[in-house]
Amino acid sequence: MGVGIEVISLNAWYGTNHTLQDINLNIPANHATALIGPSGCGKSTFVRCINRMHETNPIARVTGTVLIGGLDIYADAKPVEIRRRVGMVFQRPNPFPTMSIYDNVAAGLKLNGYSNRQALDEIVEKSLKNSALWDEVKDDLKKKSGASLSGGQQQRLCIARALAVDPEVLLMDEPASALDPVSTSKIEDLIFQLKTQYTIVIVTHNMQQAARVAEKTGFFLNGRMVEFDSTHKIFTNPSDKRTEDYITGRFG
Amino acid sequence: MAILSTVLVVAPLVAVFVYLVYRGASSLSLDFFTQVPAPVGVAGGGMANAIVGSAILLGLGSLIGVPMGIAGGIYLAEFGRGTKLANAVRFTADVLNGVPSIVMGIAIYSLIVVPQGHFSAFSGGVALGIMMIPTVCRTTEEMLLMVPNAVREAALALGVPNWRSVLAITVKTASPGIITGCMLAFARVAGETAPLIFTAFGNVGWSMRLDEPIAALPLQIYVYALSPYDEWHRLAWAGALVLIVLIVLAVSLVRFVTSRGVMKGAS
Repeated sequence: MGVGIEVISLNAWYGTNHTLQDINLNIPANHATALIGPSGCGKSTFVRCINRMHETNPIARVTGTVLIGGLDIYADAKPVEIRRRVGMVFQRPNPFPTMSIYDNVAAGLKLNGYSNRQALDEIVEKSLKNSALWDEVKDDLKKKSGASLSGGQQQRLCIARALAVDPEVLLMDEPASALDPVSTSKIEDLIFQLKTQYTIVIVTHNMQQAARVAEKTGFFLNGRMVEFDSTHKIFTNPSDKRTEDYITGRFG
Repeated sequence: MAILSTVLVVAPLVAVFVYLVYRGASSLSLDFFTQVPAPVGVAGGGMANAIVGSAILLGLGSLIGVPMGIAGGIYLAEFGRGTKLANAVRFTADVLNGVPSIVMGIAIYSLIVVPQGHFSAFSGGVALGIMMIPTVCRTTEEMLLMVPNAVREAALALGVPNWRSVLAITVKTASPGIITGCMLAFARVAGETAPLIFTAFGNVGWSMRLDEPIAALPLQIYVYALSPYDEWHRLAWAGALVLIVLIVLAVSLVRFVTSRGVMKGAS
């Protein structure tokens, strides 16, 4: 089951560039939360702070508190533990090119020392079913490479890979921006199903997409969070002028 | 254009090979692969000891050069990026790559042969191994840098520790290129004569001990080619042919073995 995320005065830097400034918000459990805003506004950096991927860049720095299900991830946990609890799907599909479909899904478990074959088989099947890819690949699991799939299939494979380690939170950084409309709608359907079991945070440039899949929406601008409210309110009656300007297409 | 380029690249190899077959094939016989060299004036004799000796020297060299080279390449590409130590290692590898092979022979002679008081297969293997390191190291680094960062991030985001992600994901992804680098280094030192003159020294009889002088194909070819005897000249040609064929076989075998089980797909 998903857990809630509480972010308290989060700041992040790349070198001397202060990319996130004093972010505070509560992301509800088992819902989809969308983050919108123009390019470079810090929304990708924000999600990378939630699974501690931000700090994998040697010049990156972060301060503040992030509580995931009550656990202070910067004070009381190691990065690898957090990343197992918080899955991530990237903008461009990035399956492991030398691995079969099966091994791609099992990678997270195998590389963390999990080796029960029968259980692995079950987890791989369940994850691929959850990512709506099972019927398309079940006959080629170990025969085909993950890289031989189409872009949309690769992205669903990456979602299956993230689900296989049984995370509580799923971060999606513009998961459909490199995909065609059909694949995009498949990913959106998927988010609809997944949010009953996981807490989903999705970064998107596509405002219709945010409106379709998310209950809550946050608007980021220049490293600050301008507004965070129910998606309906953000899109129909935003309280900040800048949010309204962005939504109506006056900038960004 | 493509055909012309292909011809230009392949022609020298084919020419060398055809000429070797022309001069050397007639001297090949079962004896060549089973007998040790015969004394001057005695008919027959072969290079069995040199073939085995070369295999031992190259095996020992690979045992030193491949792991050290790959470890160095992994350090340069994955852990030491941008550090002063990495720059120093990279510079050293490039300089080492440019050291003439005869100098490598003399260096190992003074570092190992002189202190031990005798020539040995061990010192020859060390010389070849050190010569392999820079090629293996730099190709490994370049192949690892070609692995997209997205692949590293994917592994890290699954909660895989960095060292494990490097070994199981990044190195595995780059492994076809890394193996090519190892094969290049192997093929290059397989024909080296100069570093062996002062180290392995050569041997007309059987020896498979690491602490004794050992025969090697390039050394045997060198000695026979410089001799005044026609029979030895013919054996030298045969030896050169065998050396080339063995290198091609070894490289093909490694390629065949390592290409099995590797997933291929459009990316």
